[in-house]
Amino acid sequence: MIKAILIFNNHGKPRLIRFYQYFTEDMQQQIIRETFHLVSKRDDNVCNFLEGGSLIGGSDYKLIYRHYATLYFVFCVDSSESELGILDLIQVFVETLDKCFENVCELDLIFHMDKVHYILQEVVMGGMVLETNMNEIVAQVEVQNRMEKSEGGLSAAPARAVSAVKNMNLPEIPRNINIGDINIKVPSLSPF
Amino acid sequence: MALKIVKGSIDRMFDKNLQDLVRGIRNHKEDEAKYISTCIDEIKQELKQDNIAVKANAVCKLTYLQMLGYDVSWAAFNIVEVMSSSKFTYKRIGYLAASQCFHESTDVIMLTTNQIRKDLSSPNQYDTGVALTGLSCFVTPDLARDLANDIMTLMSHTKPYIRKKAVLIMYKVFLKYPESLRPAFPRLKEKLEDPDPGVQSAAVNVICELARRNPKNYLSLAPLFFKLMTSSTNNWVLIKIIKLFGALTPLEPRLGKKLIEPLTNLIHSTSAMSLLYECVNTVIAVLISLSSGMPNHSASIQLCVQKLRILIEDSDQNLKYLGLLAMSKILKTHPKSVQSHKDLILQCLDDKDESIRLRALDLLYGMVSKKNLMEIVKKLMLHVDKAEGTTYRDELLTKIIDICSQSNYQYITNFEWYISILVELTRLEGTRHGHLIASQMLDVAIRVKAIRAFAVAQMATLLDNAHLLTGNMQRNGICEVSYAAAWICGEFSEHLENPMQTLEAMLRPKVATLPGHIQAVYVQNAAKLFATVLKSQEGNTDSTAAQETSQLMIERLPLFVQSANLEVQERASCILQLVKYIQKLQQKDVEVAEEVSALFAGELNPVAPKAQKKVPVPEGLDLDAWINEPPSESESEDEQPKAIFTKEETKHSRPRHIEVDEKELARRREARKQEQANNPFYIKASPSSQKVYQDTPGVEHIPVVQIDLSVPLKVPGLPMSDQYVKLEEERRQKERAEKKKKEKKKRKEKRSGRGKKHDSGPESEEDITPAHMVDIVTEEMPENALPSDDDDKDPNDPHKALDIDLDNLGEMAGRRPLADSEKLPVRSHRAVEAAKSPGEDGDAETVATQQPKKKSGKDKRDDKKKDKDKERKKSKDEKKKKKHKHEEKEEDLLRGEVHEPVVQSEGISQVAELPTSTSAEVSDLDFWLSNAPVPSNTQEAATVAAAEAPVAEVVSGAAQDSEPDEPKDTEMEETKSSKHKKKKQKKEKEEKEKKKKKRHHHHHRHSDGGGEESVQNGTVEEEEPLPSMSNYCLLAENSYIKMVYDIQGNLQDGSQVVVSVIFENKCDSFLKSMEFNVLDSLNSKLQRPEGSGPHDGLTVPFQLPPGVSNEARFVFTVQSIVMPQKLKGTLTFIVKNEESSTHEKLDFKLHFTCTSYLITTPCYSDAYAKLLESGDLKGSSLKLEGVNMPFHHLLARICFHHHFSVVERIDSCSSMYSRSIQGHHVCLLVKSSGQTVSIDAKCDEPTMLGNVLDEIKQTFSQC
Repeated sequence: MIKAILIFNNHGKPRLIRFYQYFTEDMQQQIIRETFHLVSKRDDNVCNFLEGGSLIGGSDYKLIYRHYATLYFVFCVDSSESELGILDLIQVFVETLDKCFENVCELDLIFHMDKVHYILQEVVMGGMVLETNMNEIVAQVEVQNRMEKSEGGLSAAPARAVSAVKNMNLPEIPRNINIGDINIKVPSLSPF
Repeated sequence: MALKIVKGSIDRMFDKNLQDLVRGIRNHKEDEAKYISTCIDEIKQELKQDNIAVKANAVCKLTYLQMLGYDVSWAAFNIVEVMSSSKFTYKRIGYLAASQCFHESTDVIMLTTNQIRKDLSSPNQYDTGVALTGLSCFVTPDLARDLANDIMTLMSHTKPYIRKKAVLIMYKVFLKYPESLRPAFPRLKEKLEDPDPGVQSAAVNVICELARRNPKNYLSLAPLFFKLMTSSTNNWVLIKIIKLFGALTPLEPRLGKKLIEPLTNLIHSTSAMSLLYECVNTVIAVLISLSSGMPNHSASIQLCVQKLRILIEDSDQNLKYLGLLAMSKILKTHPKSVQSHKDLILQCLDDKDESIRLRALDLLYGMVSKKNLMEIVKKLMLHVDKAEGTTYRDELLTKIIDICSQSNYQYITNFEWYISILVELTRLEGTRHGHLIASQMLDVAIRVKAIRAFAVAQMATLLDNAHLLTGNMQRNGICEVSYAAAWICGEFSEHLENPMQTLEAMLRPKVATLPGHIQAVYVQNAAKLFATVLKSQEGNTDSTAAQETSQLMIERLPLFVQSANLEVQERASCILQLVKYIQKLQQKDVEVAEEVSALFAGELNPVAPKAQKKVPVPEGLDLDAWINEPPSESESEDEQPKAIFTKEETKHSRPRHIEVDEKELARRREARKQEQANNPFYIKASPSSQKVYQDTPGVEHIPVVQIDLSVPLKVPGLPMSDQYVKLEEERRQKERAEKKKKEKKKRKEKRSGRGKKHDSGPESEEDITPAHMVDIVTEEMPENALPSDDDDKDPNDPHKALDIDLDNLGEMAGRRPLADSEKLPVRSHRAVEAAKSPGEDGDAETVATQQPKKKSGKDKRDDKKKDKDKERKKSKDEKKKKKHKHEEKEEDLLRGEVHEPVVQSEGISQVAELPTSTSAEVSDLDFWLSNAPVPSNTQEAATVAAAEAPVAEVVSGAAQDSEPDEPKDTEMEETKSSKHKKKKQKKEKEEKEKKKKKRHHHHHRHSDGGGEESVQNGTVEEEEPLPSMSNYCLLAENSYIKMVYDIQGNLQDGSQVVVSVIFENKCDSFLKSMEFNVLDSLNSKLQRPEGSGPHDGLTVPFQLPPGVSNEARFVFTVQSIVMPQKLKGTLTFIVKNEESSTHEKLDFKLHFTCTSYLITTPCYSDAYAKLLESGDLKGSSLKLEGVNMPFHHLLARICFHHHFSVVERIDSCSSMYSRSIQGHHVCLLVKSSGQTVSIDAKCDEPTMLGNVLDEIKQTFSQC
């Protein structure tokens, strides 16, 4: 079983968290911090397994992680999972992200956390590996995305929201105010 | 400025989407929290709107905020609202949010039941998928109970996408609602053979998870998994199955034996490291589960160790890590195989990766022996000096202590060395493990009597120098060591060289800076020392020395009297007064030494940590009985204790417990244990590593120590452990020389000391005797102490509830069929009425179909659907194979007649099968597990078959529609040789499929069934057990060694054969340096490692102690396989006994028969027919006369010795098939009439066929 999947960047900022066991929000943040602390101090050329943090699991649990450019992908698994298998799974997951986002980078994960979740849901379900075949995963994700598009998608939401706002007798406002400069350089995750 | 205000209001009021929110947070780095709180306010506004799109958007943002650590549970109801949207886009958002923040105590979850049920039955598979995914994260016991049936239906959904999700979620359902396991299991099991690999993988996944926690319930699935393992190519599935087998083998060693071969093949063939690693892991588990001493398995161990070595040597740190991890598992049972890789493991200690270093450290623990302990510890000490970071250094320290102290100091031959190591360790800065070192010092000093003098000397030095270290001692845990030092010096003060000096050291003012409990020990032991000093000084004529000592005490003690620590204060003031009194007496010239030392007389014995717990309750004592009358609550409850009480009052002298009989006592004890186990507040003793139970406690039983010191004990200054290493070396050498001398004189050296200790070490270690015959004082235990089994399972483990017997489900209907109460709850009308969301057509329909199950069977004929459903539920066990679709098609056809026969047949099968199924099931697994090539328990299986046959007949007769179920077929098949097993199963599957096609045609089915029965009958006849057979034939033999060999083709490589040779040592000497060499021919060559010449021999990778045998494998490359071949070879070896060693050699001839190039390959009958029709094969025939054996024996022999498999068999005629490593097909048609057997054979290579036939002929001429 997989107990948790965490994605955070080199500074420990969470990009996706998925716990398959209930923890309070505070506990979740603490686990992320602890895991980041454990993982971040390791060189890139050491092994990808870590015997559990004290917070999550116990002796039966392992942290298995991969570090891609600016992101850490950490899986917390118990002994029924194959260590090397999970490493492969992370690779499959990242490659799938790469396919779905076309050259995925950290920004994609930052702004589309929901989409990343949907992709992950096709890979792991309830802590158990659901599918490992990338083509199958991508196909299912794409069908669902098409469905969303045909329904108008969430992008339809702002339009409606604007109209809702209008109904609240507020002055109409241009959509894109100051977006702000996103001047973070995120190397592509693609070179595996 | 105005603009800013406007913008602010815009920011607040405008409806952001997730991207805007993220952007906003990034732009407000300084006041993130404030910004988010305004966002949350906005979200709250949005959630109040009616527009579902706005709500969904808000919920989406909340999911993001949840990730950042914000509690969003307040929006749970809104999440449910979004979940219930009819649009997939919003639904998905809702379920995602729910899966992120719902949990068991979220109260709105109970509102979701109907929504989820509706989504599960949605015509859109992605609605269903999203619901399943979400549910998998927040399923509660209530949801599991209410939805179990719906999910179970989904397991047979037409879309594999839904099937696999439904299968996976079942595991969660089982966890929350264990009652669902039994009813759902048959279908789950069916999914193991789903045509879609994803579904299959999911089913394997779930069953593996289940089996991991309660393996024994899943043993009966082993054959199925075995089949999957040999047929699957999906590495994920393979890994899971192999892991599962790892969990099953400890329960059934025979399974392990069966697994070894396919696993070994996988190890050889796979290129996937993950699979290789899991195979190695499971082989290790198998080897652990098998009793040692099975010669063939050391080859497997060698293989594992060898593969692991490759992993460890790999540059990939992950493989290195895993290699070490697996190595540590081998270490537990086969330490010797690992020990030979000591170099590699020590090398890993230098790795830059801490995880790897730690793993290597773990391995070291098991690798020490008497011989190398000092060397290894020396190396570790170097690492301690070099190590950066306290964690790793602390780990090293604990490991050093663990290694040295393991199994009661088994490997320590020189305790002086150990003490000096401990003393060296005290110089570590910043360690947290001072108390560990201290307890080791105490333990050694107390239990190893011979070392006390030395230990005391060392401790005195330590105390003397303590002031140099106290500065940093204070901060770190190392000051604990002075606790031990002080105690040892005080307790064993008679060994002190200069007690006065030590006394002074203990009373230094600096001591007052130590922690209280240590000061207390200092004060107390100063008193002990004082007593000793007095004793030595009073012997002298000069009494001033004694008085000066008292004076010293009186001067120094007041410092401690002022201590803030109560303990220190109390002891100090007590002792101060005592000394003052003594001083008074001294001034009167009274001799006080005797009296003072009497204060501390007597010896302290070590007490085992569990001793207190082990004190048995005295006969008749009932700890549960009331001592006084219990507070009376009601009269009836009072009665019992009252009686006891009054009786006790009448006879005070007798213990009142006499009335309580043994049984009652046992019962109560049990009840108490139970209670303790269930009481979370009951503190359980932590299991101690030392399990020494001694029956004879008391001082007088502790063996007297013999001191035979050959090493000077006094080393000035702080000890250097290296000195002892050197000294120990010398001593060992000297000893060896002496021993040799003695042996030459043929005088048997009488070994004193404890033989037990020597037995455990390897042979070569026996040469090393401990420096001084040290008797380690075992810890005291109370009389009658019983080894307790404290391994209580965690009562809160959710998997405990899943420990459910599943064997009698599915295949073996009968023993305990599903009771009505066990069926999954389905919605009743009330549930529909209660449902808030009204009128879903699909919903209503499902209700209708499921409803009749709850009713009694009287309105059977009312509705087609009801009937169908009922039929399915009732005969679930037998008729799992039925597909919905088929039934639907058949409905019209069946309508009139079907349900009655079905009911009937069910009744019959329940009655008839009940008695047989138990044994059938057991024998089924047993049979499968019996590794012998020929069934050893045909008898048993046959009886089962006989018993089953009538049932099958009755069933098929009564209900033409219900076929004799699958497992019976399996059983029938299995009465044949297990070699055919694989093929048979495939064939059977094929048949099954055929049957499915033919289902509508009853006539077909009939004939089908008839055919089967004839096979059954055929099997029933053959009951004689087959003689055991072996393919190993003698290679060569002399008075030292015997070699037998077997040749197997390599399926992966058409030009390779593997020769397995078992070497058996027949003499009393040690055989070593065995070299196996073969004179290559043009056609066949021995594969030698790269770099060696064509005439070099291969070293056999093991040595043979007397009477031991072991197997080695050699790979040969062959070019042509149509002719048999003989290769000459030589085995050279060294025979070593105590006096001498001689070089011996043994010549042999390896006979490569054509048979050995054949590989047992299953073949379907249709493929076989095609093959024969193709006309590419050339024929030949053979007649055997005077064959006196049953036909099935004959077949078994051909199968076993010549690697054939049976394709089809009718009475005494059988077709057989085999394939050579280079792909030649060999087909046989064997007919038997009386004592004559004729074999017609076809093969695409006539020369080869001729040779094979000759070999078959030879086989039968021999018997």
